Amino acid sequence: MSARALVVLEGVSKGYGTGDQRTEVLRDLDLEIHRGELVAIVGFSGAGKTTLVSLIAGLLAPDAGRITFDGAPVRGPGKERGVVFQSYSLLPWLSVRDNVYLAVDQVFPTWSKAEKLAHTERHIALVNLHAARDKKPAELSGGMRQRVAVARALATEPELLLLDEPLSALDALTRATLQDELARICQVSGKTILLITNDVDEGILLADRIVPLDAGPAAKLGPSVQVDIERPRDRKAINHDPRFKVIRGQVIDYLLSSNQARKQRSRAATTRALTPAPEAVS
Amino acid sequence: MSSNAVGKRLFELLVLPMVGVGAVMALWAILSGTVAPTLPGPWKTWEVSKLYVLDPFAKRGELDQGILRFTWYSLVRVAKGYSLALLVGTPLGLLLGMSQSFTKSFDPIIQILRPVSPLAWLPLGLVLFQKPEPAGIFTIAMCSMWPTVLNTALGVRSIPQDYINVARVLQLSRTKRMLKITLPAALPYMFTGFRLSLGIAWLVIVAAEMLTGAPGVGGFLWQEYNSLIYEHLILCIATIGIVGFILDRLMSLIEAKLRVA
Repeated sequence: MSARALVVLEGVSKGYGTGDQRTEVLRDLDLEIHRGELVAIVGFSGAGKTTLVSLIAGLLAPDAGRITFDGAPVRGPGKERGVVFQSYSLLPWLSVRDNVYLAVDQVFPTWSKAEKLAHTERHIALVNLHAARDKKPAELSGGMRQRVAVARALATEPELLLLDEPLSALDALTRATLQDELARICQVSGKTILLITNDVDEGILLADRIVPLDAGPAAKLGPSVQVDIERPRDRKAINHDPRFKVIRGQVIDYLLSSNQARKQRSRAATTRALTPAPEAVS
Repeated sequence: MSSNAVGKRLFELLVLPMVGVGAVMALWAILSGTVAPTLPGPWKTWEVSKLYVLDPFAKRGELDQGILRFTWYSLVRVAKGYSLALLVGTPLGLLLGMSQSFTKSFDPIIQILRPVSPLAWLPLGLVLFQKPEPAGIFTIAMCSMWPTVLNTALGVRSIPQDYINVARVLQLSRTKRMLKITLPAALPYMFTGFRLSLGIAWLVIVAAEMLTGAPGVGGFLWQEYNSLIYEHLILCIATIGIVGFILDRLMSLIEAKLRVA
Protein backbone atom coordinates (compact mmCIF):
# COMPACT_ATOMS: atom_id res chain seq x y z
CA MET A 1 0.00 0.00 0.00
CA SER A 2 1.24 3.48 -0.81
CA ALA A 3 2.76 5.57 1.92
CA ARG A 4 0.10 8.24 1.94
CA ALA A 5 -3.62 7.55 1.80
CA LEU A 6 -5.72 9.48 -0.73
CA VAL A 7 -8.40 10.35 1.80
CA VAL A 8 -7.74 10.74 5.50
CA LEU A 9 -10.32 11.43 8.20
CA GLU A 10 -8.96 12.25 11.63
CA GLY A 11 -11.25 12.57 14.65
CA VAL A 12 -14.14 13.79 12.51
CA SER A 13 -17.39 14.64 14.32
CA LYS A 14 -20.55 16.14 12.95
CA GLY A 15 -23.90 17.03 14.50
CA TYR A 16 -26.97 19.04 13.70
CA GLY A 17 -28.77 21.68 15.74
CA THR A 18 -27.50 23.69 18.69
CA GLY A 19 -27.76 23.61 22.46
CA ASP A 20 -30.23 21.10 23.92
CA GLN A 21 -31.60 20.34 20.46
CA ARG A 22 -28.23 19.19 19.23
CA THR A 23 -27.76 15.59 18.15
CA GLU A 24 -24.38 14.28 17.27
CA VAL A 25 -24.54 12.13 14.16
CA LEU A 26 -20.94 11.06 13.76
CA ARG A 27 -18.39 10.95 16.59
CA ASP A 28 -14.65 10.85 16.30
CA LEU A 29 -14.25 9.01 13.00
CA ASP A 30 -10.85 7.91 11.72
CA LEU A 31 -10.63 6.50 8.22
CA GLU A 32 -8.02 6.12 5.51
CA ILE A 33 -8.79 5.32 1.91
CA HIS A 34 -5.86 4.39 -0.29
CA ARG A 35 -5.49 5.03 -3.99
CA GLY A 36 -7.23 2.38 -6.12
CA GLU A 37 -9.03 0.90 -3.14
CA LEU A 38 -12.74 0.20 -2.99
CA VAL A 39 -13.92 0.70 0.58
CA ALA A 40 -17.47 -0.10 1.62
CA ILE A 41 -19.02 1.54 4.68
CA VAL A 42 -21.80 -0.72 5.90
CA GLY A 43 -24.27 0.54 8.46
CA PHE A 44 -27.84 0.81 9.64
CA SER A 45 -30.30 3.16 7.97
CA GLY A 46 -30.17 6.55 9.61
CA ALA A 47 -26.71 5.97 11.08
CA GLY A 48 -25.29 9.03 9.33
CA LYS A 49 -23.88 7.44 6.21
CA THR A 50 -25.11 10.24 3.97
CA THR A 51 -23.61 12.78 6.35
CA LEU A 52 -20.27 11.00 6.02
CA VAL A 53 -20.46 11.21 2.21
CA SER A 54 -21.44 14.88 2.36
CA LEU A 55 -18.42 15.58 4.59
CA ILE A 56 -15.95 13.91 2.24
CA ALA A 57 -17.68 15.51 -0.78
CA GLY A 58 -17.21 18.88 0.90
CA LEU A 59 -20.95 19.66 0.96
CA LEU A 60 -20.77 19.82 4.76
CA ALA A 61 -17.94 20.88 7.03
CA PRO A 62 -17.03 18.77 10.09
CA ASP A 63 -17.58 20.24 13.57
CA ALA A 64 -14.36 18.70 14.79
CA GLY A 65 -11.43 16.86 13.27
CA ARG A 66 -9.99 17.16 9.80
CA ILE A 67 -10.48 15.64 6.37
CA THR A 68 -7.70 15.71 3.81
CA PHE A 69 -7.73 14.69 0.18
CA ASP A 70 -4.34 13.92 -1.33
CA GLY A 71 -2.75 15.78 1.56
CA ALA A 72 -4.78 18.97 1.19
CA PRO A 73 -7.64 19.80 3.56
CA VAL A 74 -11.13 19.50 2.07
CA ARG A 75 -12.73 22.96 2.04
CA GLY A 76 -15.66 22.44 -0.35
CA PRO A 77 -16.80 20.35 -3.28
CA GLY A 78 -14.29 19.69 -6.01
CA LYS A 79 -14.21 17.92 -9.32
CA GLU A 80 -11.63 15.42 -8.11
CA ARG A 81 -14.40 13.96 -5.91
CA GLY A 82 -17.44 12.71 -7.81
CA VAL A 83 -20.67 11.84 -6.02
CA VAL A 84 -23.53 9.50 -6.90
CA PHE A 85 -26.42 10.51 -4.68
CA GLN A 86 -28.90 8.11 -3.13
CA SER A 87 -31.79 9.91 -4.84
CA TYR A 88 -30.08 9.95 -8.28
CA SER A 89 -30.40 13.76 -8.42
CA LEU A 90 -30.85 13.88 -12.17
CA LEU A 91 -32.23 17.09 -13.60
CA PRO A 92 -35.69 16.11 -14.88
CA TRP A 93 -35.80 18.73 -17.62
CA LEU A 94 -32.65 17.39 -19.30
CA SER A 95 -32.31 14.22 -21.37
CA VAL A 96 -29.93 11.46 -20.31
CA ARG A 97 -27.29 12.82 -22.65
CA ASP A 98 -27.73 16.41 -21.47
CA ASN A 99 -27.53 15.39 -17.82
CA VAL A 100 -24.15 13.78 -18.45
CA TYR A 101 -23.06 16.51 -20.86
CA LEU A 102 -23.71 19.23 -18.27
CA ALA A 103 -21.12 17.60 -16.02
CA VAL A 104 -18.62 16.95 -18.84
CA ASP A 105 -18.96 20.51 -20.10
CA GLN A 106 -18.27 21.80 -16.62
CA VAL A 107 -15.23 19.65 -15.86
CA PHE A 108 -13.50 19.82 -19.25
CA PRO A 109 -14.11 23.39 -20.40
CA THR A 110 -11.13 23.42 -22.77
CA TRP A 111 -12.30 20.47 -24.87
CA SER A 112 -14.05 20.99 -28.21
CA LYS A 113 -17.76 20.36 -28.40
CA ALA A 114 -17.19 17.18 -30.43
CA GLU A 115 -14.76 15.83 -27.82
CA LYS A 116 -17.18 16.56 -25.02
CA LEU A 117 -20.02 14.88 -26.89
CA ALA A 118 -17.93 11.81 -27.66
CA HIS A 119 -16.84 11.57 -24.02
CA THR A 120 -20.50 11.84 -22.96
CA GLU A 121 -21.59 9.11 -25.38
CA ARG A 122 -18.78 6.84 -24.23
CA HIS A 123 -19.90 7.00 -20.62
CA ILE A 124 -23.55 6.50 -21.50
CA ALA A 125 -22.49 3.39 -23.42
CA LEU A 126 -20.41 2.25 -20.44
CA VAL A 127 -23.58 1.95 -18.34
CA ASN A 128 -25.51 0.35 -21.24
CA LEU A 129 -27.90 3.25 -21.76
CA HIS A 130 -27.04 4.07 -25.36
CA ALA A 131 -30.59 3.35 -26.55
CA ALA A 132 -32.14 5.62 -23.94
CA ARG A 133 -29.81 8.58 -24.37
CA ASP A 134 -32.51 10.96 -25.64
CA LYS A 135 -35.03 10.06 -22.94
CA LYS A 136 -35.90 12.23 -19.95
CA PRO A 137 -35.31 10.78 -16.45
CA ALA A 138 -39.07 10.49 -15.87
CA GLU A 139 -39.26 7.98 -18.74
CA LEU A 140 -36.63 5.72 -17.16
CA SER A 141 -36.90 3.04 -14.50
CA GLY A 142 -35.17 3.52 -11.15
CA GLY A 143 -32.29 1.28 -12.19
CA MET A 144 -31.75 3.20 -15.41
CA ARG A 145 -31.80 6.51 -13.58
CA GLN A 146 -29.17 5.28 -11.19
CA ARG A 147 -27.00 4.22 -14.12
CA VAL A 148 -27.28 7.73 -15.56
CA ALA A 149 -26.15 9.10 -12.22
CA VAL A 150 -23.18 6.70 -12.25
CA ALA A 151 -22.33 7.69 -15.83
CA ARG A 152 -22.49 11.35 -14.91
CA ALA A 153 -20.14 10.87 -11.98
CA LEU A 154 -17.70 8.69 -13.95
CA ALA A 155 -17.68 11.08 -16.91
CA THR A 156 -16.13 13.79 -14.77
CA GLU A 157 -13.20 11.41 -14.22
CA PRO A 158 -12.88 12.03 -10.51
CA GLU A 159 -9.98 10.61 -8.53
CA LEU A 160 -12.42 9.48 -5.88
CA LEU A 161 -15.94 8.28 -6.50
CA LEU A 162 -18.40 8.54 -3.61
CA LEU A 163 -21.38 6.22 -3.97
CA ASP A 164 -24.10 7.00 -1.42
CA GLU A 165 -26.31 3.92 -1.20
CA PRO A 166 -26.55 3.94 -4.97
CA LEU A 167 -28.70 0.82 -5.19
CA SER A 168 -30.82 1.00 -2.05
CA ALA A 169 -33.94 2.36 -3.77
CA LEU A 170 -34.07 -0.51 -6.27
CA ASP A 171 -35.91 -3.82 -6.24
CA ALA A 172 -33.85 -6.92 -5.47
CA LEU A 173 -33.45 -8.13 -9.08
CA THR A 174 -32.46 -4.78 -10.53
CA ARG A 175 -30.18 -4.36 -7.58
CA ALA A 176 -28.36 -7.61 -8.30
CA THR A 177 -27.95 -6.70 -11.98
CA LEU A 178 -26.59 -3.28 -11.14
CA GLN A 179 -24.25 -4.71 -8.52
CA ASP A 180 -22.67 -6.88 -11.20
CA GLU A 181 -22.50 -3.94 -13.52
CA LEU A 182 -20.99 -1.75 -10.83
CA ALA A 183 -18.40 -4.46 -10.11
CA ARG A 184 -17.48 -4.49 -13.81
CA ILE A 185 -17.29 -0.70 -14.02
CA CYS A 186 -15.20 -0.48 -10.86
CA GLN A 187 -12.75 -3.00 -12.23
CA VAL A 188 -12.56 -1.31 -15.63
CA SER A 189 -12.07 2.17 -14.20
CA GLY A 190 -9.69 1.15 -11.43
CA LYS A 191 -10.82 4.17 -9.47
CA THR A 192 -10.70 4.82 -5.77
CA ILE A 193 -14.24 4.31 -4.58
CA LEU A 194 -16.07 4.78 -1.31
CA LEU A 195 -19.28 2.79 -1.37
CA ILE A 196 -21.92 3.46 1.27
CA THR A 197 -24.44 0.67 1.71
CA ASN A 198 -26.80 -0.97 4.17
CA ASP A 199 -26.26 -4.37 2.56
CA VAL A 200 -23.35 -6.43 3.90
CA ASP A 201 -23.47 -8.84 0.93
CA GLU A 202 -23.24 -5.94 -1.49
CA GLY A 203 -20.19 -4.72 0.38
CA ILE A 204 -18.51 -8.12 0.22
CA LEU A 205 -19.31 -8.52 -3.47
CA LEU A 206 -17.83 -5.18 -4.44
CA ALA A 207 -15.30 -4.00 -1.87
CA ASP A 208 -11.66 -4.60 -1.02
CA ARG A 209 -12.35 -3.62 2.56
CA ILE A 210 -15.46 -3.20 4.67
CA VAL A 211 -15.75 -0.72 7.50
CA PRO A 212 -18.86 -1.06 9.67
CA LEU A 213 -20.55 2.10 10.93
CA ASP A 214 -22.53 1.42 14.09
CA ALA A 215 -26.00 2.75 14.79
CA GLY A 216 -26.43 6.47 15.45
CA PRO A 217 -26.70 8.88 17.09
CA ALA A 218 -23.00 9.58 17.57
CA ALA A 219 -22.10 6.71 15.26
CA LYS A 220 -18.57 5.37 15.20
CA LEU A 221 -16.63 3.35 12.67
CA GLY A 222 -15.77 -0.20 13.64
CA PRO A 223 -12.62 -2.17 12.81
CA SER A 224 -12.18 -2.69 9.07
CA VAL A 225 -12.46 -6.16 7.58
CA GLN A 226 -10.38 -7.05 4.50
CA VAL A 227 -12.25 -8.87 1.74
CA ASP A 228 -9.59 -11.23 0.41
CA ILE A 229 -11.69 -12.86 -2.26
CA GLU A 230 -10.29 -12.82 -5.79
CA ARG A 231 -12.14 -11.04 -8.60
CA PRO A 232 -14.28 -11.31 -10.56
CA ARG A 233 -16.53 -12.46 -7.77
CA ASP A 234 -19.49 -14.56 -8.74
CA ARG A 235 -22.55 -13.83 -6.66
CA LYS A 236 -23.68 -17.47 -6.62
CA ALA A 237 -20.32 -19.04 -5.92
CA ILE A 238 -19.45 -16.46 -3.30
CA ASN A 239 -22.37 -17.55 -1.13
CA HIS A 240 -20.66 -20.89 -0.52
CA ASP A 241 -17.19 -19.49 -0.03
CA PRO A 242 -16.14 -20.01 3.62
CA ARG A 243 -14.29 -16.66 3.56
CA PHE A 244 -17.55 -14.95 2.64
CA LYS A 245 -19.25 -16.44 5.71
CA VAL A 246 -16.43 -15.37 7.99
CA ILE A 247 -16.42 -11.77 6.73
CA ARG A 248 -20.20 -11.56 6.78
CA GLY A 249 -20.22 -12.89 10.34
CA GLN A 250 -17.58 -10.42 11.52
CA VAL A 251 -19.36 -7.39 10.09
CA ILE A 252 -22.83 -8.40 11.24
CA ASP A 253 -21.64 -9.39 14.71
CA TYR A 254 -19.97 -6.03 15.12
CA LEU A 255 -23.03 -4.10 13.94
CA LEU A 256 -25.49 -6.08 16.06
CA SER A 257 -23.41 -6.03 19.21
CA SER A 258 -22.81 -2.29 18.89
CA ASN A 259 -26.53 -1.78 18.46
CA GLN A 260 -27.28 -4.04 21.44
CA ALA A 261 -24.87 -2.16 23.66
CA ARG A 262 -26.39 1.12 22.61
CA LYS A 263 -29.91 -0.09 23.37
CA GLN A 264 -28.87 -1.32 26.80
CA ARG A 265 -27.23 1.99 27.58
CA SER A 266 -30.27 3.95 26.54
CA ARG A 267 -32.58 1.57 28.41
CA ALA A 268 -30.52 2.06 31.56
CA ALA A 269 -30.73 5.81 31.09
CA THR A 270 -34.50 5.69 30.59
CA THR A 271 -34.99 3.49 33.65
CA ARG A 272 -33.01 5.92 35.76
CA ALA A 273 -35.04 8.80 34.49
CA LEU A 274 -38.36 7.02 35.06
CA THR A 275 -37.60 5.74 38.57
CA PRO A 276 -38.93 8.38 40.92
CA ALA A 277 -36.89 9.49 43.85
CA PRO A 278 -38.05 7.66 47.05
CA GLU A 279 -39.41 10.73 48.80
CA ALA A 280 -41.72 11.43 45.87
CA VAL A 281 -43.49 8.09 46.31
CA SER A 282 -46.28 8.04 48.83
CA MET B 1 -64.18 3.03 -23.50
CA SER B 2 -67.70 1.62 -23.49
CA SER B 3 -70.51 3.59 -25.10
CA ASN B 4 -72.02 3.95 -21.68
CA ALA B 5 -68.90 5.68 -20.38
CA VAL B 6 -68.78 7.97 -23.42
CA GLY B 7 -72.40 8.89 -22.78
CA LYS B 8 -71.61 9.64 -19.16
CA ARG B 9 -68.65 11.85 -20.10
CA LEU B 10 -70.75 13.69 -22.68
CA PHE B 11 -73.43 14.21 -20.08
CA GLU B 12 -70.92 15.62 -17.58
CA LEU B 13 -69.05 17.80 -20.05
CA LEU B 14 -71.94 19.18 -22.11
CA VAL B 15 -75.35 18.59 -20.62
CA LEU B 16 -74.61 19.58 -17.02
CA PRO B 17 -72.93 22.91 -17.91
CA MET B 18 -75.89 23.64 -20.21
CA VAL B 19 -78.20 23.06 -17.29
CA GLY B 20 -76.23 25.65 -15.31
CA VAL B 21 -76.34 28.22 -18.12
CA GLY B 22 -80.05 27.55 -18.62
CA ALA B 23 -80.79 28.04 -14.94
CA VAL B 24 -78.96 31.38 -14.83
CA MET B 25 -80.76 32.55 -18.01
CA ALA B 26 -84.10 31.60 -16.46
CA LEU B 27 -83.27 33.43 -13.24
CA TRP B 28 -82.17 36.44 -15.30
CA ALA B 29 -85.44 36.43 -17.29
CA ILE B 30 -87.54 36.12 -14.17
CA LEU B 31 -85.65 38.90 -12.37
CA SER B 32 -85.91 41.31 -15.28
CA GLY B 33 -89.62 40.54 -15.65
CA THR B 34 -90.42 41.04 -11.96
CA VAL B 35 -88.32 42.81 -9.33
CA ALA B 36 -85.67 44.40 -11.58
CA PRO B 37 -87.47 46.19 -14.42
CA THR B 38 -84.34 48.20 -15.35
CA LEU B 39 -82.49 44.98 -16.19
CA PRO B 40 -83.00 44.04 -19.84
CA GLY B 41 -84.13 40.44 -20.34
CA PRO B 42 -82.14 37.83 -22.29
CA TRP B 43 -84.12 38.16 -25.51
CA LYS B 44 -84.02 41.96 -25.56
CA THR B 45 -80.29 41.85 -24.86
CA TRP B 46 -79.75 39.59 -27.84
CA GLU B 47 -81.95 41.76 -30.11
CA VAL B 48 -80.05 44.93 -29.26
CA SER B 49 -76.60 43.29 -29.26
CA LYS B 50 -76.76 41.07 -32.28
CA LEU B 51 -75.39 43.73 -34.64
CA TYR B 52 -72.20 43.77 -32.53
CA VAL B 53 -71.98 40.01 -32.23
CA LEU B 54 -72.88 38.94 -35.77
CA ASP B 55 -70.52 41.48 -37.35
CA PRO B 56 -67.83 41.31 -34.67
CA PHE B 57 -65.06 43.13 -36.54
CA ALA B 58 -67.07 46.03 -38.00
CA LYS B 59 -65.86 49.58 -37.54
CA ARG B 60 -68.70 52.04 -37.85
CA GLY B 61 -67.05 54.79 -35.84
CA GLU B 62 -64.50 55.29 -33.06
CA LEU B 63 -66.94 54.25 -30.36
CA ASP B 64 -69.19 52.02 -32.43
CA GLN B 65 -67.33 48.86 -33.39
CA GLY B 66 -67.91 45.09 -33.37
CA ILE B 67 -67.41 43.40 -30.02
CA LEU B 68 -64.38 41.34 -31.07
CA ARG B 69 -62.72 44.43 -32.49
CA PHE B 70 -63.11 46.09 -29.10
CA THR B 71 -61.88 42.89 -27.48
CA TRP B 72 -58.80 42.97 -29.70
CA TYR B 73 -57.97 46.53 -28.60
CA SER B 74 -58.28 45.47 -25.00
CA LEU B 75 -56.15 42.37 -25.54
CA VAL B 76 -53.37 44.44 -27.11
CA ARG B 77 -53.45 46.82 -24.15
CA VAL B 78 -53.40 43.91 -21.71
CA ALA B 79 -50.52 42.30 -23.61
CA LYS B 80 -48.43 45.45 -23.20
CA GLY B 81 -49.14 45.84 -19.50
CA TYR B 82 -48.75 42.13 -18.86
CA SER B 83 -45.40 41.93 -20.67
CA LEU B 84 -44.17 44.82 -18.58
CA ALA B 85 -45.38 43.03 -15.45
CA LEU B 86 -43.49 39.85 -16.38
CA LEU B 87 -40.38 41.78 -17.39
CA VAL B 88 -40.23 43.48 -13.99
CA GLY B 89 -41.85 40.77 -11.87
CA THR B 90 -39.77 37.76 -12.91
CA PRO B 91 -36.32 39.18 -12.05
CA LEU B 92 -37.76 40.66 -8.86
CA GLY B 93 -39.12 37.22 -7.93
CA LEU B 94 -35.79 35.54 -8.71
CA LEU B 95 -33.96 38.01 -6.47
CA LEU B 96 -36.47 37.48 -3.67
CA GLY B 97 -36.11 33.72 -4.02
CA MET B 98 -32.33 33.73 -4.00
CA SER B 99 -31.51 36.28 -1.31
CA GLN B 100 -32.73 36.19 2.27
CA SER B 101 -31.71 39.77 2.95
CA PHE B 102 -33.39 40.99 -0.24
CA THR B 103 -36.58 39.29 0.92
CA LYS B 104 -36.31 40.80 4.38
CA SER B 105 -35.82 44.27 2.85
CA PHE B 106 -38.48 44.24 0.19
CA ASP B 107 -41.14 41.77 1.26
CA PRO B 108 -42.93 44.28 3.55
CA ILE B 109 -43.22 46.92 0.84
CA ILE B 110 -44.47 44.28 -1.63
CA GLN B 111 -47.11 43.18 0.82
CA ILE B 112 -48.21 46.80 1.15
CA LEU B 113 -48.33 47.53 -2.59
CA ARG B 114 -49.98 44.24 -3.52
CA PRO B 115 -53.54 44.97 -2.32
CA VAL B 116 -53.71 48.47 -3.89
CA SER B 117 -56.67 48.73 -6.29
CA PRO B 118 -56.25 49.59 -9.98
CA LEU B 119 -58.57 52.54 -9.35
CA ALA B 120 -55.89 53.95 -7.06
CA TRP B 121 -52.96 53.38 -9.43
CA LEU B 122 -54.58 54.89 -12.51
CA PRO B 123 -54.66 58.55 -11.38
CA LEU B 124 -51.02 58.20 -10.37
CA GLY B 125 -50.27 56.84 -13.85
CA LEU B 126 -52.05 59.81 -15.40
CA VAL B 127 -49.99 62.18 -13.29
CA LEU B 128 -46.77 60.41 -14.22
CA PHE B 129 -47.31 59.98 -17.96
CA GLN B 130 -49.81 62.77 -18.72
CA LYS B 131 -51.46 60.46 -21.28
CA PRO B 132 -54.18 57.85 -20.80
CA GLU B 133 -52.60 55.03 -22.81
CA PRO B 134 -49.33 54.62 -20.85
CA ALA B 135 -51.25 55.29 -17.63
CA GLY B 136 -53.49 52.31 -18.39
CA ILE B 137 -50.53 50.08 -19.18
CA PHE B 138 -48.78 51.22 -16.01
CA THR B 139 -51.88 50.34 -13.98
CA ILE B 140 -52.15 46.87 -15.53
CA ALA B 141 -48.48 46.20 -14.83
CA MET B 142 -48.63 47.47 -11.23
CA CYS B 143 -51.64 45.34 -10.38
CA SER B 144 -50.80 42.16 -12.23
CA MET B 145 -47.14 41.65 -11.40
CA TRP B 146 -47.50 40.44 -7.80
CA PRO B 147 -48.50 36.82 -8.42
CA THR B 148 -45.53 36.50 -10.78
CA VAL B 149 -43.18 38.01 -8.20
CA LEU B 150 -44.40 35.84 -5.33
CA ASN B 151 -44.66 32.57 -7.22
CA THR B 152 -41.27 32.98 -8.87
CA ALA B 153 -39.76 33.58 -5.45
CA LEU B 154 -41.56 30.52 -4.09
CA GLY B 155 -40.34 28.45 -7.04
CA VAL B 156 -36.72 29.41 -6.41
CA ARG B 157 -37.06 28.71 -2.69
CA SER B 158 -38.60 25.29 -3.34
CA ILE B 159 -35.76 23.94 -5.49
CA PRO B 160 -34.97 20.48 -4.09
CA GLN B 161 -31.70 20.20 -2.16
CA ASP B 162 -30.70 17.42 -4.60
CA TYR B 163 -30.41 19.83 -7.50
CA ILE B 164 -28.49 22.31 -5.40
CA ASN B 165 -26.09 19.53 -4.40
CA VAL B 166 -25.57 18.69 -8.07
CA ALA B 167 -24.74 22.33 -8.77
CA ARG B 168 -22.33 22.41 -5.84
CA VAL B 169 -20.56 19.15 -6.66
CA LEU B 170 -20.13 20.24 -10.28
CA GLN B 171 -19.11 23.72 -9.08
CA LEU B 172 -21.38 25.42 -11.60
CA SER B 173 -20.82 29.14 -12.08
CA ARG B 174 -23.51 31.60 -11.01
CA THR B 175 -24.82 32.10 -14.54
CA LYS B 176 -24.78 28.43 -15.36
CA ARG B 177 -26.48 27.55 -12.11
CA MET B 178 -29.16 30.10 -12.91
CA LEU B 179 -29.75 28.90 -16.48
CA LYS B 180 -29.35 25.17 -15.96
CA ILE B 181 -30.80 24.65 -12.49
CA THR B 182 -32.67 27.59 -10.95
CA LEU B 183 -34.77 28.70 -13.92
CA PRO B 184 -35.88 25.26 -15.16
CA ALA B 185 -36.58 24.07 -11.62
CA ALA B 186 -38.67 27.14 -10.80
CA LEU B 187 -40.44 27.28 -14.17
CA PRO B 188 -43.65 25.43 -13.18
CA TYR B 189 -44.12 27.78 -10.22
CA MET B 190 -43.34 30.78 -12.39
CA PHE B 191 -46.02 29.73 -14.83
CA THR B 192 -48.60 29.51 -12.09
CA GLY B 193 -47.64 33.11 -11.32
CA PHE B 194 -47.88 34.07 -15.00
CA ARG B 195 -51.36 32.57 -15.23
CA LEU B 196 -52.63 34.36 -12.12
CA SER B 197 -51.04 37.61 -13.34
CA LEU B 198 -52.81 37.33 -16.68
CA GLY B 199 -56.13 36.90 -14.86
CA ILE B 200 -55.52 40.08 -12.90
CA ALA B 201 -54.33 42.00 -15.98
CA TRP B 202 -57.59 41.13 -17.70
CA LEU B 203 -59.54 42.13 -14.60
CA VAL B 204 -57.83 45.51 -14.51
CA ILE B 205 -58.42 46.35 -18.18
CA VAL B 206 -62.05 47.30 -17.61
CA ALA B 207 -61.20 49.73 -14.84
CA ALA B 208 -58.35 51.23 -16.87
CA GLU B 209 -60.49 51.71 -19.96
CA MET B 210 -63.48 53.01 -18.04
CA LEU B 211 -61.46 55.78 -16.44
CA THR B 212 -59.44 56.71 -19.54
CA GLY B 213 -62.24 56.29 -22.08
CA ALA B 214 -59.95 54.34 -24.40
CA PRO B 215 -61.64 52.18 -27.06
CA GLY B 216 -61.93 48.57 -25.88
CA VAL B 217 -64.40 46.33 -24.10
CA GLY B 218 -64.20 48.34 -20.89
CA GLY B 219 -64.42 51.69 -22.68
CA PHE B 220 -67.41 50.45 -24.66
CA LEU B 221 -69.09 49.28 -21.48
CA TRP B 222 -68.73 52.67 -19.82
CA GLN B 223 -69.83 54.56 -22.91
CA GLU B 224 -72.97 52.44 -23.34
CA TYR B 225 -73.77 52.96 -19.67
CA ASN B 226 -73.65 56.69 -20.27
CA SER B 227 -75.79 56.27 -23.39
CA LEU B 228 -78.34 54.28 -21.38
CA ILE B 229 -78.02 51.17 -23.63
CA TYR B 230 -78.03 48.68 -20.79
CA GLU B 231 -78.25 45.63 -23.04
CA HIS B 232 -74.67 46.32 -24.08
CA LEU B 233 -73.50 46.24 -20.48
CA ILE B 234 -74.54 42.62 -20.35
CA LEU B 235 -72.93 41.95 -23.72
CA CYS B 236 -69.66 43.43 -22.41
CA ILE B 237 -69.81 41.51 -19.15
CA ALA B 238 -70.38 38.26 -21.01
CA THR B 239 -67.51 39.02 -23.41
CA ILE B 240 -65.09 39.91 -20.60
CA GLY B 241 -66.00 36.71 -18.79
CA ILE B 242 -65.63 34.45 -21.80
CA VAL B 243 -62.32 35.98 -22.90
CA GLY B 244 -60.96 35.74 -19.35
CA PHE B 245 -62.00 32.11 -19.19
CA ILE B 246 -60.30 31.31 -22.52
CA LEU B 247 -57.08 33.06 -21.47
CA ASP B 248 -57.01 31.09 -18.23
CA ARG B 249 -57.59 27.79 -20.05
CA LEU B 250 -54.79 28.51 -22.50
CA MET B 251 -52.37 29.29 -19.69
CA SER B 252 -53.42 26.16 -17.81
CA LEU B 253 -52.63 24.07 -20.88
CA ILE B 254 -49.09 25.46 -21.06
CA GLU B 255 -48.72 25.04 -17.32
CA ALA B 256 -49.78 21.39 -17.45
CA LYS B 257 -47.23 20.76 -20.23
CA LEU B 258 -44.46 22.23 -18.07
CA ARG B 259 -45.43 20.17 -15.07
CA VAL B 260 -45.07 16.94 -17.02
CA ALA B 261 -41.69 17.92 -18.43
